[in-house]
Amino acid sequence: MRTREGWALAILAVAVVVVLPALNALPNGSPLHVSDFTLNLFGKFLTYAILALGIDLIWGYAGVLSLGHGVFFGLGAYAMGMHLMLEIGTQGVYRNVLPDFMVWNQVTELPLFWKPFYSPVFTLLAVLAVPGIVAAVFGFLTFRSRIRGVYFSIITQALALCAWLTFNRNAMNLGGTNGLSGFKTIFGFSLNDAATQRGLYVASAVCLCLAFLLCRWIVRSPAGKVLVAIRDSETRVLFCGYSPAAFKLFVFTVSAVLAGVAGSLYVGQVGIITPARIGVLPSIEMIIWVAVGGRGTLLGPVVGAVGVNWLQSLLTTHYPDLWILVLGGMFVTVVLFFPDGVVGTIQKMSGRFRRVRADFKFDQTGGERPPDSSTEGGYAPLVLPRPQTPPPPRGPGS
Amino acid sequence: MTTAAVAQGSIIYLEDVTVEYDGFKALDALNFFMDYRELRVVIGPNGAGKTTLLDVITGKVQPSAGRVIFGKNTDLAGRRENEIASLGIGRKFQTPSIFANLTVRENLELALARASKGVLATLRARLDGDQRARMDAALEAIGLEAEAGRRAGGLSHGQKQWLEIGMVIVQDAELLLVDEPVAGMTDEETEKTGRLLQDVARERAVLVIEHDMEFVRRIARTVTVLHEGSVLCEGPVDRVQRDERVLEVYLGRSRDEQAGGHA
Repeated sequence: MRTREGWALAILAVAVVVVLPALNALPNGSPLHVSDFTLNLFGKFLTYAILALGIDLIWGYAGVLSLGHGVFFGLGAYAMGMHLMLEIGTQGVYRNVLPDFMVWNQVTELPLFWKPFYSPVFTLLAVLAVPGIVAAVFGFLTFRSRIRGVYFSIITQALALCAWLTFNRNAMNLGGTNGLSGFKTIFGFSLNDAATQRGLYVASAVCLCLAFLLCRWIVRSPAGKVLVAIRDSETRVLFCGYSPAAFKLFVFTVSAVLAGVAGSLYVGQVGIITPARIGVLPSIEMIIWVAVGGRGTLLGPVVGAVGVNWLQSLLTTHYPDLWILVLGGMFVTVVLFFPDGVVGTIQKMSGRFRRVRADFKFDQTGGERPPDSSTEGGYAPLVLPRPQTPPPPRGPGS
Repeated sequence: MTTAAVAQGSIIYLEDVTVEYDGFKALDALNFFMDYRELRVVIGPNGAGKTTLLDVITGKVQPSAGRVIFGKNTDLAGRRENEIASLGIGRKFQTPSIFANLTVRENLELALARASKGVLATLRARLDGDQRARMDAALEAIGLEAEAGRRAGGLSHGQKQWLEIGMVIVQDAELLLVDEPVAGMTDEETEKTGRLLQDVARERAVLVIEHDMEFVRRIARTVTVLHEGSVLCEGPVDRVQRDERVLEVYLGRSRDEQAGGHA
């Protein structure tokens, strides 16, 4: 069963990494041709999937709900965006070496913190390091002070709000409300070229596969069990000799780095990054993708991120007013009826089916009963802490 | 017995320990010690400081005065809970606290003593033969071999309690702190728990907090009675039960409860 699952994932990976871009490379008239627009759209969805994997790691496994992942996504996106802005050089509207918005804001010299972003190597490092360091510092301060549950979520939401306000300010020299846009090339390749966009798509697909393997390695290691254990009973973990704060810090940082990578791939394909992508609302939207897809499974966030966004792009083309209602309805439905999300619910149902079948075999052969599937975990309602069942009271004088 | 002699031969030694919550003294200059491989039961009315005693030993609460010495000369002051756990002090909570979404075996595996329980070491940790053997032995001791692959959340209340005791066993703790292990258990489960704790106490020191006097009589060799944050009386269970002061404070006004015992 594990190998069958492995094969299915491998086929899926090949389809996403190789087949889709290959179909895009076909000539325009071919019946199997995938349009540039569609490929670009899916490239964006795949970057969201990378981000969702990171959120799942911290939320689905360790049970820590971060409502501020838009910030880490934004940091990665802005880091890459700054490099792309500098690559424009004098090809901008004002024919100035400075990015257009700086000329408009009457900035005469490139701010110091922009200068290292001329270097592609520095930029790629910054994409990983900036979200990672911010998450590590933020996580260190909060987890060490044992801020948990709803309180942690609220603080991360505040972080998202702060970041949004900060990035909106023109004085930050990051383009203010309009953000960064008007990119021409990426590492010398024209962004208007279909081949470049295809390359970015493949890069996103490959990064998604790598992120998936990384998360899989983490959750299957004993440390992954510690994460689930933290979700179940943090105190018990502490008294088993582990530091829950250290594990949460680790996984929060990993998830922030994944978000940063996602942001950097996003910016080249979408062509713009604004503070609107990093605030409170997008951060919550990301949570919805993971909840709908299924927390605590690795396929769930990928399915959720791609599925929800695909649905959004379909619906908004035909019924633009309907989308927000559908999104809200989906979230409420998942919260109330399917806390395990799409993938989790399917897994649970197939697990039950397998057990019934196994029980049947057990009855017939008298062989050893297979162990209970551990997928029957289930989640308490979102955010709210899992209620502890008190021991039945002992009657007086018993 | 002089203080020095006590400190040398004891696994845990509390000297003049005071814990205050907003002016209320949960522990008041408490002196307490236990020998290696001793099974000790601590009793006392509600608010006597029993759970606070465990909190102080495990580092959950820092005393405002006094010293807590573990083993030969390890001062526990200022250490974090996970550090103290790694030193060899295991704790079983009053309400069963196990990892509901992991299997019974995975629960034990997490508790297992490891060279390092840091993040990077745990990412790469693998079980060796000796660790497997210890886990199998613990599964047998707590009688959950048949449930090893089951999700721990699906166990009965009694089984969860045993699993938690098993976790403390594989943790390789020298000192086990057990808070009300038989609360909510059936008579049969209670008896099994008693035997389990007595088995465990052959190799390590076990401190049990319990209200159920019947259970206390069954397992205890030495009983310590806490009252208002300090030791009221200590000795063999028969003598303690006849002690006038104990009868007065612990069993309180209604002497009828003496037979039934707990609150």
